[in-house]
Amino acid sequence: MKLLDKIFKFNGGVQTNPKKDISTKNSIKCLPIPSELRLPLRQHIGNMPKLKVKVGDQVLKGELIAEADGNISAAIHAPTSGKIKSVEKLLIPHPSGLPDFCVTLIPDKKDQWIKKAPVNWEKLGMEKTIKLLLNSGIVGLGGAAFPSHLKLGNNRNSPINTLIINAAECEPYITCDDMLMRERGNDLIKGIKLVQSLLGAKQTIIGIEDNKPEAYKIISDLIIKESSVHIKVVPTIYPSGDAKRLIFLINGIKISKEKRSSEYGIQMFNVATIVAIYRFIVHGEASLSRIVTITGNIKEPRNYEVLFGTPLESLIQDTGGQKIRNNTFIMGGPMMGFKLPSIDVSVTKTMNCVISAEPEMIEAKKEPLPCIRCAKCAEACPVLLQPQELFWFSKSDQFEKAQNYNLFDCIECGCCSYVCPSNIPLVQFYRYAKSEIIAQSIEKEEADIARERNDFRILRLEREKKERAERNAQRKAENTSEEKSKLIEEKRAEIAAAMNRIKDNEKIK
Amino acid sequence: MFNQQSPFVQKAPTVTLVMMLVMFALLPGIIAYIFFFGIGVLLNLTIAIITALISEYFVLKIRNLPVKLFITDGSAVVAASLLALSIPSIAPWWIIVIGTLFTIIIAKHFYGGLGSNLFNPAMVGYAVLLVSFPAVMTKWPLPASHLLDFNIVQQIQIFFYGTKEIIDSVSSATPLDYIKTQIFLGKPFDLNFTNGMPINSYFNASIIISLSFLLGGVFMWWIKIITWHLPVTFLLSLALISAIFWLIDSSQYLPPFIHLFSGGTLLCAFFIITDPVSGPTTPRGKIFFAFGVALLVYLIRVFGGYPEGVAFAVIFMNICVPLIDSLTQPKVFGHE
Repeated sequence: MKLLDKIFKFNGGVQTNPKKDISTKNSIKCLPIPSELRLPLRQHIGNMPKLKVKVGDQVLKGELIAEADGNISAAIHAPTSGKIKSVEKLLIPHPSGLPDFCVTLIPDKKDQWIKKAPVNWEKLGMEKTIKLLLNSGIVGLGGAAFPSHLKLGNNRNSPINTLIINAAECEPYITCDDMLMRERGNDLIKGIKLVQSLLGAKQTIIGIEDNKPEAYKIISDLIIKESSVHIKVVPTIYPSGDAKRLIFLINGIKISKEKRSSEYGIQMFNVATIVAIYRFIVHGEASLSRIVTITGNIKEPRNYEVLFGTPLESLIQDTGGQKIRNNTFIMGGPMMGFKLPSIDVSVTKTMNCVISAEPEMIEAKKEPLPCIRCAKCAEACPVLLQPQELFWFSKSDQFEKAQNYNLFDCIECGCCSYVCPSNIPLVQFYRYAKSEIIAQSIEKEEADIARERNDFRILRLEREKKERAERNAQRKAENTSEEKSKLIEEKRAEIAAAMNRIKDNEKIK
Repeated sequence: MFNQQSPFVQKAPTVTLVMMLVMFALLPGIIAYIFFFGIGVLLNLTIAIITALISEYFVLKIRNLPVKLFITDGSAVVAASLLALSIPSIAPWWIIVIGTLFTIIIAKHFYGGLGSNLFNPAMVGYAVLLVSFPAVMTKWPLPASHLLDFNIVQQIQIFFYGTKEIIDSVSSATPLDYIKTQIFLGKPFDLNFTNGMPINSYFNASIIISLSFLLGGVFMWWIKIITWHLPVTFLLSLALISAIFWLIDSSQYLPPFIHLFSGGTLLCAFFIITDPVSGPTTPRGKIFFAFGVALLVYLIRVFGGYPEGVAFAVIFMNICVPLIDSLTQPKVFGHE
């Protein structure tokens, strides 16, 4: 197949130190059920799910704890059997460091399953299957946490031709997808075939970076007999795992910011999400756990299969703790991840990796120098933006100009900051500019609404005034014509009556 | 606040390292220069760098900027060196001091310092000197292996006292200047040897110096400090423009190789127009910019009042950079 040989290189990108081998020496480990699970209700993009349990309720493994609220939402299930201890605001793994609603579950250690209900999707039809998936709790496990039923269901207008499996895992350190492919290749291939049929796609292409030869070997051996499933090796250039970059690497199609890949007949899933969908449809198991890489400055880096809600601290303890103690952990990769506000958080659906910070990651960075316009950042930008101009506009609050230079196309991959000789934290400036613009547009919208209301009020008051004046004028006019004549007539009638009475009186006399 | 957000890893040379590598790339050219034009080149360089660092120090103090951070960035050293390499090796010391002060204080710091200067600082310094002291600025010593046959003491004397007699005895106009005069006077010129104008020895020296700068330039391209766009476009355009004129009338116009290997052509191609701060940033913009510089260099050399046009060409094109950049934005991914 010709397409499989050709790689469409995107502009820029950077070659990072992958540091993946440190966490792939050991196999995926499962930990015993912890004594407490803390489940944040908001673990995905979209609405917070509606709570279906009360404090004190006994739940079984896989039982619905919170139900998807609306279409853009995802459910939360009990990862094991136990008792609901509390529902309260607790610290969650989020860059803001703000607490959010969490359900705390005390496991009874029996790990008793609810009755599993595999989905006979061929019999049920897609619409009903999608409805079931809405409450499967499955979200994109690559880190974006976009509810998966939306990607499986929203294709009525544009049929999906190609399913792309994102196995690039381009961020340094992270190996959870790599290990999944090595150890659970069979489930993955079954899942791929299932999702391919669910989507009605003709072919599947697995995109994998060339730094994962073991996983590549296993998967390519497994798909030898599958005529519609292919694997394509892409060069190890960060951010090859970004959805739009990977699609371009594979088929040379550039998908613009406004469009979705499905409009081009392409749908993409991360390997872990595929396995989660497979387990739900075939085994009737909701999304209860994931694989997390614990790596970096740690005694024994490795991957763990963990129940959602497991305290992160128990994982860190299991690895033997930090080599150099600094109590700083990064969630996600070093390029796009964020510093955890505290280690006192639990594993969520978005937690693909936790890096115990290496000293050089958190040491005070060198003082940034002014931009010398060397354009190294522009050479590295995979979106072909001009980071040096965006920096200038963001720094000087020229937001309109920044938008003209396509600030919102920025994917915050960090390549520009990675190569900047002046040490400028470029991405932070873009984040700042974006949030300012969003805040301003919300403000403007509110102001617009307020102004509209005020305009309308003034208009209404004027109209009412006018109407009142009209009514008064009419009444006056009526008074002068009809009512006067009526009055005159009445008076005349009264006079006539009086005259008659006088006449009558005279007659009597 | 700045170390709290991603990316947490970085792999970039510092500005200081970049500037030091530029200096390293200049070395072959500097050595060839000294070989042909004598120790005066080295004196010029030393005085320029010292003046640059001292003036940078005081300006940073006055501007209340972190002195250590900015003085070690190396940009002043590079700018001063480029200026020194453009100045005749027999120029007196005060010429280089005035030029450097202009370069650092006015062209660099008056416009906001590192990263903010609109014009190429070295070229501003050079242009000021050329306009103010045309006689000194166009007198070059006869190129020879001056390290061997020219008295070093004598050179230092020239440098510090600017003894007119000595200057006159060893200097002459540059070939470009000479040929221009000849053409202006309607006299024929001979590229081999004409009335006391040893063009041959000039060009032998010039070609070797040019190739040394080329070597340094290729090194900078190889370690990715510069991209090919600016030097390649500049050299090709200059060759093409001069070839067209030369083909039209070879008695009036010089052949392309003389334009390529004389004056500061190669220094300009790899070290002057590649100044990132005052130059364009987009790939297409770099091509337009380099073409513009080449065209202006040719026009000034051939039709203008100055023998060498690099400085004015670069300064003029610097003005156009914001426009060039805004008109040559590459297509953003997915915006086709």
